[in-house]
Amino acid sequence: MRNPLSREVVTIKPSGIRKFFDIVSEMKDAISLGVGEPDFDTPWHIRDEGIYSLEKGRTFYTSNAGLKELKIEICNYLKRRFELEYHYKDEVIVTVGGSEAIDIALRAMLDPGDEVLIPQPCYVSYDPCTVLAGGKPVPIQLKQENQFRLTPQEILDAVTEKTKVLILAFPNNPTGAIMEKKDLEAIAKVIIEKDLFVISDEIYAELSYAENHVSIASIPGMRERTIVINGFSKSYAMTGWRLGYACGPEEIIEQMTKIHQFAIMCAPTTSQYAAVEALKNGDEDVKRMREAYNQRRRYLVHVFRELGLECFEPFGAFYVFPCIREFGMTSDEFATRFLQEEKVAVVPGTAFGDCGEGFLRISYAYSMEDLKLAIGRFSDFVERLRAEQNK
Amino acid sequence: MMREELLMVIEKNSRIDLKELAIILGVEEIDIVNELATMEKEGIICGYHTLIDWDKTTIDKVTALIEVRVTPQRGHGFDAIAERIYKYPEVRAVYLISGGYDLLVILDGKNLREVSQFVSDKLSTQESILSTATHFVLKKYKDHGTIFEKKSEDERMVITP
Repeated sequence: MRNPLSREVVTIKPSGIRKFFDIVSEMKDAISLGVGEPDFDTPWHIRDEGIYSLEKGRTFYTSNAGLKELKIEICNYLKRRFELEYHYKDEVIVTVGGSEAIDIALRAMLDPGDEVLIPQPCYVSYDPCTVLAGGKPVPIQLKQENQFRLTPQEILDAVTEKTKVLILAFPNNPTGAIMEKKDLEAIAKVIIEKDLFVISDEIYAELSYAENHVSIASIPGMRERTIVINGFSKSYAMTGWRLGYACGPEEIIEQMTKIHQFAIMCAPTTSQYAAVEALKNGDEDVKRMREAYNQRRRYLVHVFRELGLECFEPFGAFYVFPCIREFGMTSDEFATRFLQEEKVAVVPGTAFGDCGEGFLRISYAYSMEDLKLAIGRFSDFVERLRAEQNK
Repeated sequence: MMREELLMVIEKNSRIDLKELAIILGVEEIDIVNELATMEKEGIICGYHTLIDWDKTTIDKVTALIEVRVTPQRGHGFDAIAERIYKYPEVRAVYLISGGYDLLVILDGKNLREVSQFVSDKLSTQESILSTATHFVLKKYKDHGTIFEKKSEDERMVITP
């Protein structure tokens, strides 16, 4: 029999932390600070709207790019919150989570051999999606001394004549880094000069704690070369509903819609109706959850600093990214020992790119009680390691 | 801004440690102490109570909601009669209500008899009270924004990020 598999697919590595989480799920009374999704339930009025849509028998497909009503609300929302202006008719597509939007944006824009700049550490799917779209991922290693922000020089150092797309993911998973307006203006200059396009994954836009999130598409000259990706998972605690969207120039959205149409048909109808409610009446929920995350964030940063760990202050998403280099272990070794000895799971920074070595991703999408329990064990562990070092 | 956040936190957890409160709100402890004192003085913070599910104790307790229709008094409106009612220690709450009746009285008693006695002896005999309707609480599902049933476990699955 012939090899049934595509060579390209086989070469893609499965996500590195699978094996790690397999141990976690086997371990009794292990606590996890590893999950990357909100601990809140979807606000009840949103769930209720989903249920209502089912009761009404709205169980048909929607148009490929999504419900008109939802697309209009998305445009209102982006205008209201981030001063972004899109036309609902041909500049918006509703997708199955932000993840699908990333995939189809890359597939719509890349030709074989096109290079994609991927600042790391970052969410794990940009690299494989680039490969599957025929592109070549080119990592940019972000640095802690820059607070894991992307600088113009870093783009210039990585760019070649084949570079076509830059993926920008701020507020960032796993570092919690943000890009402020001045940072975006600085890189926009280079992006325009080098004629690059940007896929801006802004799924954590609502979880920005220092100031309101700024989208790169709102920087002059960037709208026409940017696909903005956002969704409902993080801001409205709607991960399981699988709903996101992409906005951008008609020319690109049109091609993305074509791929979406053939691969997916349309995003789930129930979720789309629920999402209309979320955008219409969910601002207070977002604010309430953001405030809760912010309190936990302050707590964690405080504890890590009190422990004497190097930890830059993350201003976005729901992750803290402390440095553990002082213990002379790799991230993987540290996380494995911590899990075995204290039964707490955190994600090694290397799961998000090689430059994550020496860091841990700690999620604060957990209640304060859980966090306190886990952090108590973390302190014990750190003290024990230091005692070992001093022997 | 800090006032609103502070109130939201302590409304849910008035026993929270002062140091922790300062950390999670990103301010100094002394600011919290001052703000709490100010709000106590201003009557914004009226008390620090404990939410108890009495059904889980061995102490007998019934709660009744009593709708009361009254004739407002010249010069005092509803305030005078409300005061006559709320001065009884067994009365937990008195609200002036819009709609079909005037005052909603929430009453705690040991048993049905005690509550009915209160209604017949203390309430119905008041001159300005026209009528009452007593509703007994059978089960409390949620009180003060807190659901009494035990919260479900974390059902999030461990997936790759």
